[in-house]
Amino acid sequence: MDKKGFSQHISRQYNEDLEQIITRVMTMGGLVEQQLESAMDALVNGDQAKGEEVITSDYRINAMEVELDDACTNVLARRQPAASDLRLIVAVIKAITDLERIGDEAERVGRMALHLLEEDRRRSPMAEIAALGNQVKGMVHGALDAFARMDAEQAVRVAQEDIKADAQYDAIIRHLVKYLEDNPKSVPPVLDIVWATRSLERIGDRSRNICEYVIYFVKGKDVRHTSFEQMAEEATGDRR
Amino acid sequence: METQSTDVTATGSQTMAQNQDTSPVANEQATPEVKMSARDLNLWYGDTQALYDINLDMYNREVTALIGPSGCGKSTFLRCLNRMNDLIPQVRMKGQVSLEGEDIYDSSVDVVQLRTFVGMVFQKPNPFPKSIYENIAYAPRLHGTGTSRSELDDLVESSLKRAGLWNEVADRLDTAGTELSGGQQQRLCIARAIAVNPEVILMDEPASALDPLATATVEELIHELKDNYTIVIVTHNLQQAARVAGYTAFFHMGKVIEFNDTDTLFTNPAEQRTEDYITGRFG
Amino acid sequence: MERRLTGSANNAMIRKRYRREARFKAYTITALFVAFGIIAAFFTDIIGQGHSAFWRTEVQVTLDYNERAERIGRFALAEDMREIVSRGAVRSIPLEIRNNPELAGIQREIWAPAYSRIDQYRKGNEALSPELAAQVERLEREGRIRTTFNWAFFTSGDSKLPELAGIFSAAVGSLMVLAVTLAFAFPIGVMAAIYLEEFAPDNKLTQAIEVNINNLAAVPSIIFGLLGLAVFINTFGVPRSSALVGGLTLGLMTLPIIIISTRAALRSVPDPIRLGGFAMGCSRWQVVRDHVMPLSLPGILTGTIIGLAQAMGETAPLIIVGMIAYIPEAPSSIFESATVLPAQVFTWASEPRKAFVEKTGAGIMVLLAILLTLNATAVLLRRKFERRW
Repeated sequence: MDKKGFSQHISRQYNEDLEQIITRVMTMGGLVEQQLESAMDALVNGDQAKGEEVITSDYRINAMEVELDDACTNVLARRQPAASDLRLIVAVIKAITDLERIGDEAERVGRMALHLLEEDRRRSPMAEIAALGNQVKGMVHGALDAFARMDAEQAVRVAQEDIKADAQYDAIIRHLVKYLEDNPKSVPPVLDIVWATRSLERIGDRSRNICEYVIYFVKGKDVRHTSFEQMAEEATGDRR
Repeated sequence: METQSTDVTATGSQTMAQNQDTSPVANEQATPEVKMSARDLNLWYGDTQALYDINLDMYNREVTALIGPSGCGKSTFLRCLNRMNDLIPQVRMKGQVSLEGEDIYDSSVDVVQLRTFVGMVFQKPNPFPKSIYENIAYAPRLHGTGTSRSELDDLVESSLKRAGLWNEVADRLDTAGTELSGGQQQRLCIARAIAVNPEVILMDEPASALDPLATATVEELIHELKDNYTIVIVTHNLQQAARVAGYTAFFHMGKVIEFNDTDTLFTNPAEQRTEDYITGRFG
Repeated sequence: MERRLTGSANNAMIRKRYRREARFKAYTITALFVAFGIIAAFFTDIIGQGHSAFWRTEVQVTLDYNERAERIGRFALAEDMREIVSRGAVRSIPLEIRNNPELAGIQREIWAPAYSRIDQYRKGNEALSPELAAQVERLEREGRIRTTFNWAFFTSGDSKLPELAGIFSAAVGSLMVLAVTLAFAFPIGVMAAIYLEEFAPDNKLTQAIEVNINNLAAVPSIIFGLLGLAVFINTFGVPRSSALVGGLTLGLMTLPIIIISTRAALRSVPDPIRLGGFAMGCSRWQVVRDHVMPLSLPGILTGTIIGLAQAMGETAPLIIVGMIAYIPEAPSSIFESATVLPAQVFTWASEPRKAFVEKTGAGIMVLLAILLTLNATAVLLRRKFERRW
């Protein structure tokens, strides 16, 4: 039951409906990844154009969330999906919420980046922030990949990356706190960096959520709020 | 947790549920009491085998649904439960069917008596061509469970009330049963079945000949009845099984492929064939 | 391609189709008319032939219970009236006088039935000698001759004197035969059909029985007559020519018909009714008695009545068992000699005298009336008890 195509529904229309939904989720994911890329560019490299682009493009992700929610509701109403189809729809509905939030966080990163351009950025720990940014970019990409390939084991691996992201975040915050102690007058720019870093950490959390939904869809196990060990066990075990 | 096809009970799902504190089935009690069960049931129509090694439990005061594609043996199995297959001459059976532990195919069992314990409602409503009153009073009078006029009056009224039909027909009990609408006729047949006070009610696709409103009424009735009766229902409407049944058995080509509580079977079935059938990938 | 609806009926192909259908309809109507035409011709002929039998000529005469009349009743009549009045009116006078001596010497005026030749002359079927014709004319002028409704046709039995012949004895005989047939064939036939349809297992034996019963229904009726002769009369000693033997013989003939029609009626009861009964905990016998029988009863009755109507019109087998005899008095029990309506008609048809021609026709009319009534009853019964399920 791990790898299956959608080719065998007797109703071809139903097949197409489901395939379309997945395709659009991937498109939305692609948009989100793009936003994140642009936001990181603006933050780390000071690219103002990219920063503004992130802010103006957020609406597209919101529109896709609405559209996909609508498509899923229609499938529920018309097809009364059961078993794996039902879990797919539920997973999609949840995942797009998280994707949309990731988009929002990316937009906030972009906004913070624009603020920082007007201020002195020389003392910011940009290297570590860039590292965190890459980490969560990888997580978003990995989560979407796991969804597309319905790979529960990959989802577990990606989810576990959140540990590293959280550690990186903690390190950056400690650094910033120390800096503030030494330079009490530079609160506003430091705050902006804190918000941006926080957004990145949130993106990591949300990517982990998406991985949990993938495991639910593929394995039929609800692994939210469980430990990583349990998650790994459910993901690798047989369907019950 | 492996489910073996030769011994499919719902106990598998129960243990699983207790390990998962997030599963909605976690608060289920211990395995419910078994009302009827089939053990190693095999059936042949002439030379063709229709049922293979059926092992199935039906729980007390629960609704068990039998689903599966056409010709999979679910109706045949249902008819084994009240020995209606005895009426078909070419049928040959091996195995055991028991009601609360007693083998119903034992030679000392009176078939007629058995059918007062295990009642049946058919796909196409078949009220007797008598008045509504007579439809219900006939069997109790025949079996001697209602003799005086007042006893029968009470029995007719209570049966019709339990079937949710009393308000609609109380003023015309003498009209022919065949003059009611399809949904009312089916409820009359249910009332007739209840009137002999059975322990188990078998229903063979009871709503498939009815319009959606009548279907909903019958399903609501089933829901109310299950407090007092054990119900086994054959249906090929998956959503109906999902709506009314607590336990569902999936039949395919004469075998029970999977048996589980309905929630689990419909959200996370264990067998690929069940999954394929439920999601419309075949059958 | 543009669609045009208006005027589509004028398409040549469509018109050809209409013509074909009209032709077909014309054929069927013609067939109907031909059939009805033949039936109408038949009825016209029979009624034309027989209606006059319901009227008879009566003459007003004085009966003189004189001495000579004590020995020969004819002498109670005036000489010129002896050729006019029916012999039957006066032949019982000696017996009357013997039983009631006080009648001797009295005179009595009655309307007596006329001699058949006079009756036939007045109906235009026969010629009379000029003297008799003149006498008839005189009687008419005097108003002493009249035509009245022939009640005697219905109240008296057969007679050698055509003016006195009636169908009463044949009717009673027919009724008795019918009663015996019904009593014999109905219970046995219905019970056998119930067993075959509801209880018998479907194996070679029951199939063989079914084939044989169907064949029996097609056996020529005269064979049953021979069977009746051999079995009932010779082996069992049932009195020959009695209503009993006639009824038994016709019963044998009707049995297969009743069995077949009962089986059809039982089969027409839909199976869900039976299943409902079984599911309620009925035994097979209870299902048959309470559910199948009430629903199939109209069909059974219809089949039985049609079978009886057929039996009523049978003549050949009854001839073999001797019911062709001359029966003037109606039988008072089923063991006495009797005759039946069709046999009576056959007898009259064989008579050379012209006066019996109208009797034959009238007998046929009565027989047809009874048969039509029986069949109409069957239709009414079926419609009355028809039930929806």
